[in-house]
Order: sequence, then structure tokens, then C-alpha cells
Amino acid sequence: MLLELHNISKIFGTGCPECLVLTGDDAERAICPRCHSVIAVNNVSLSLGGDEILGVVGESGSGKSTLLQIIYQDITATAGEIYFNGITERSGARTNILSLSPSRTSWIRNHEMSMIYQNPHLGLNFNFSAGGNIAEKILGSGEKRYATIRQQALHYFGKIEMPTSRIDDYPDTFSGGQQQRIQIAKALSSSPRLLLLDEPTTGLDVSVQARILDLTRALQYEMGFAMIVVSHDLGVINHLTDLTLVMKNGSLVEYGLTDQILEDPQHPYTQLLVSSKL
Amino acid sequence: MNENNVTFGFFDEDAKKEIRRAMLKAVALPGYIVPFASREMPIARGWGTGGLQITLSIITEEDTLKVIDQGCDGSVNAVNIRDFILQVTGADETTATPEATIIQTRHRVPEHPLIENQTLVYQVPYPEVLTTVEPDTARQKQMHANVDYAKLWVLLYEDTSQFGDSRISARYPVEVNGHFVMDPSPIPKYDIPRLSNNPALQLFGAGREKRIYAIPPYTEVAPLKFSDRDFAVEDFGGKRCQRCGASDVYLDEVHLDTGVSYFCSDTYYCDTQMETKDAAGTS
Repeated sequence: MLLELHNISKIFGTGCPECLVLTGDDAERAICPRCHSVIAVNNVSLSLGGDEILGVVGESGSGKSTLLQIIYQDITATAGEIYFNGITERSGARTNILSLSPSRTSWIRNHEMSMIYQNPHLGLNFNFSAGGNIAEKILGSGEKRYATIRQQALHYFGKIEMPTSRIDDYPDTFSGGQQQRIQIAKALSSSPRLLLLDEPTTGLDVSVQARILDLTRALQYEMGFAMIVVSHDLGVINHLTDLTLVMKNGSLVEYGLTDQILEDPQHPYTQLLVSSKL
Repeated sequence: MNENNVTFGFFDEDAKKEIRRAMLKAVALPGYIVPFASREMPIARGWGTGGLQITLSIITEEDTLKVIDQGCDGSVNAVNIRDFILQVTGADETTATPEATIIQTRHRVPEHPLIENQTLVYQVPYPEVLTTVEPDTARQKQMHANVDYAKLWVLLYEDTSQFGDSRISARYPVEVNGHFVMDPSPIPKYDIPRLSNNPALQLFGAGREKRIYAIPPYTEVAPLKFSDRDFAVEDFGGKRCQRCGASDVYLDEVHLDTGVSYFCSDTYYCDTQMETKDAAGTS
């Protein structure tokens, strides 16, 4: 397995010993009635293979994005462990990546994982050119030869079907869909083993959405990385993913093959979700 | 107290102690920026108060002081700072680089090679090298701790892709002792290679920004550059100093009525060249 999550929880607030029991799917709430903390992620465990594509669906505030940010370590989890294939202690024993030193954490973020954000302003530095943004990720992974960096940046810029003559232009001169594609080029330029996508196509028009999804799928097929896609759009999930995880009130309510979940939803919330789509 | 009714070195002992502690920490962590309680001075902040506070905290009556401004011993700022330090300490003054034990400088490294037991004190306007790419000071500290300088490299990448080389002429970022990247103060690129493995202690003081950092003697200092690109210093295209005729030095471009002239930026070096020439001429 490439990625394993064990009992991941995230509590915003003071927290109390009964937080996790008093909230979640069964309790039908995400706010602890005792201490009024928000339980964004409640005891989530999952595992992902090296070339699998996992979709995460759920309503607003169900904890999908928080889960993704915990994996990418934009925020720290309150409890739980995450194991990433190949990240070990010196003895060779596998190690919880949430307890690594800051320098190793940033090494993982530069070499092993990449994140694509819904808002390009989070994923791209608008003070750097498009090529500069891609170069930042390549430089972060340790490359210090200009010719190689330039050639790699041009390579990935071409991969996202952009004219290479525009590589030195700044992100604000590109359209929203193009900015999203530049984010993809930047994310893939370090050849990560895991790509995290947080609502990658929300807010884009339908034809652009389809183009970005096709591009992502083609690149995944070519380069062979695992993906976790967060979306509230079942169309995106259906188009892109093999496996689907449904979240509600911070907990995992249903997990299985995407086709199975969309054709034969078991949990009442998933049934509601699928029926409102169709 | 001396005859001017001022304590030795202008500051009280507690102030000097605090500045010395910051310097010790700076020397222990080459290139690391140490905050300190920058004092009110008789000159305005931004006019060399950082360098002045360092000099006043390390100087003794046995020291010989040289102060230069862009290589010149005679500029108004250099003269006033030197006079002030001499008044409150009674130290000796000199313009000769080899004779000085403490050299306070603004934006130049003297041409004459420095030796052990000399201290070079830089006046620094902007101590934090990351400010141009990351305005958040908390993030800057994290980036230094993680040796995460990718954003500085991106600037280098962008300049190289658009102009063929870095556009930075002064304040070129340098990596100290294989870890921290620091701002070497606005010295020209010509001086950058001379920071490395220098036998003298190099102290950097920013009075307005309240920061001190250091390069201990014999410390490896390398400019940020791509491994397949060479670091190029200023090229004067074979021009010579109009006064002493030196060509292998950093030259100032001076616009006179007769046209553009070039002179040594380091006035002491120029004087010594003249003396050797005169001696050769008379013998």
C-alpha cells in the first residue's frame, strides 16, 4: 500500500474525552455537545495502492478538505497515524509521517506528494511566472542545474497543452482553466507518487472541466501516480476515480468501488446524494 | 568616563553586554540573523547605526580604527563616524587597511587582503534576504530553519530565463557554511568571492532593522548559482583607474565635464599604488 491512514481525527477547539463518541455519523452531528469543539475528521482509516484513484465526496463541512490537508500536512491532525510507502526510520521500520521533523516533512511535500487547490492563488505564487512556479517545485526536489530545470519546466508546460512561448508569462495573464492546468504542471513536475486534488474543477465552465479531467486522467495513466480527489460533484468522481469514500459529519460513512457506490448506495446519505444527482 | 563626560564607547556596560551576546550567537551560527535591542544613537537610523553599535561594543583603547564608505576614507559619513568613535573611545585612527584592527565599512570589502585578528564591520540596510520573496517574518524563520530557499532560486531562474543571468548587482545572496543563506549587505558582486575563507571576522549590523549576523574567520561562503552556470562579477572591459592605472580592482564610474572617468573605489589602495609608482619613478 502507498498510503495508510489509521484512526485520523481532527478537532478544532479544546476537545474533551467524549468528543469522538458524541459526534460523527451515528450521532448525526459534528459539534461536540459537551465542549462545543468542531470534530472535522472523526476516526478515519483508509489505505490506497500505488496507482489507485480515490474520490472523496460529502456535503460542505463534512471534513473532506480537512482530510486532504492533513495528508499534505498543511494542518496537523489531533490524533492518528499516516504511513507512506518508503518513509522509514533509520532501522528500516516504517514511521508515522505525522511525527517527522519539519525538514523531512517538507522533503515529503517536495518529492512524494503534490496538492492541487481549488483556488489557484493557494497553489500558485502570482509573483512568479508560470515557468517560475514550475521551477519552484523542481528546485524544491533538489535540482540545481539551470538547463535541466528549464527543460523540465518546458516539458511539463507542454504536457498541459499550453504553448511553450507563454512560459515566462505571469499567472494573472492566464484564464482560470489555464491557471488550473499550470497548477497541474507544477504539481507533477517533481514526479510525485501521490497527487491530491481539492475540488480541482469547481467554478470552471463545463467544457474546461472536461478538458482538465481528461488531461489529469491521461497524465495519471502515463506517469502512474496515485490520486485522491475531493469533490462534491459526482460527475467528477464518476469520471475520474476507481474508489469512492463518502464522508458525513467528519466520519467515513461508505467506502467502496465507485461504480458500486453510484449504482447501489447503501448509506441513507449516499442514497440522497446519488438521487439528487440523477 | 572620559574628558567628554561620556562612558567609554558611548554605551553603558549593559548595552554593550547585550550587543556582545547577540554577536556571540551570530558567530556561533554563521549567517543566522540575531535580533538585538538597537539603541538610539546620535545619528539617524539607516546611517550606519548597526555597524556603529557593533564597533562601539568591541573596540578597546588599543584598537586602530578605519572607516570607509564605498571604499573611501574621506567621505562625509566615514569621517563623521570615525570622529565620533575616536571621541568616545580614544582609539587610534588609520586609513591603512593592514594597520587597522577594526574596519567599519559601508558597501565595500577593502581591496587589500585582510588578515587574522582584523574585524570587518558591515553597515547593513536590509538584513533579511528572504524579504523580497516572502514578506511574512514567521514564514521566513521557518524557511531558514528548513533550508528552504527554493523561492530565491526561482528569482535566479526567472532572471536567467529572461535575461541570461541574474540581474542582481549588489546584495547578491550567499550561502554561509552550507546552511543559512544571507544578505551580504549592498557590496558589489566583485566583493562576493572575497567573503569566503576570509581570515578576518566579519560582523554585520542593521541598526534600523535591529539585527546582527556574522561570518566567522575561514568560513565557506558561496553565492547562489546554478551548478551549470558561472558566477560572473562586474566587468569593466579593461578600463583602468585614471589616477593610479590599476585595472584589476573595483572601479567607480565618475561623470566629469570631460566625459566618463574611472577611479579605484578603494582610496587607500589607489594611494598605495601611487606611492609604489612614485618610488619606482624616483629611484
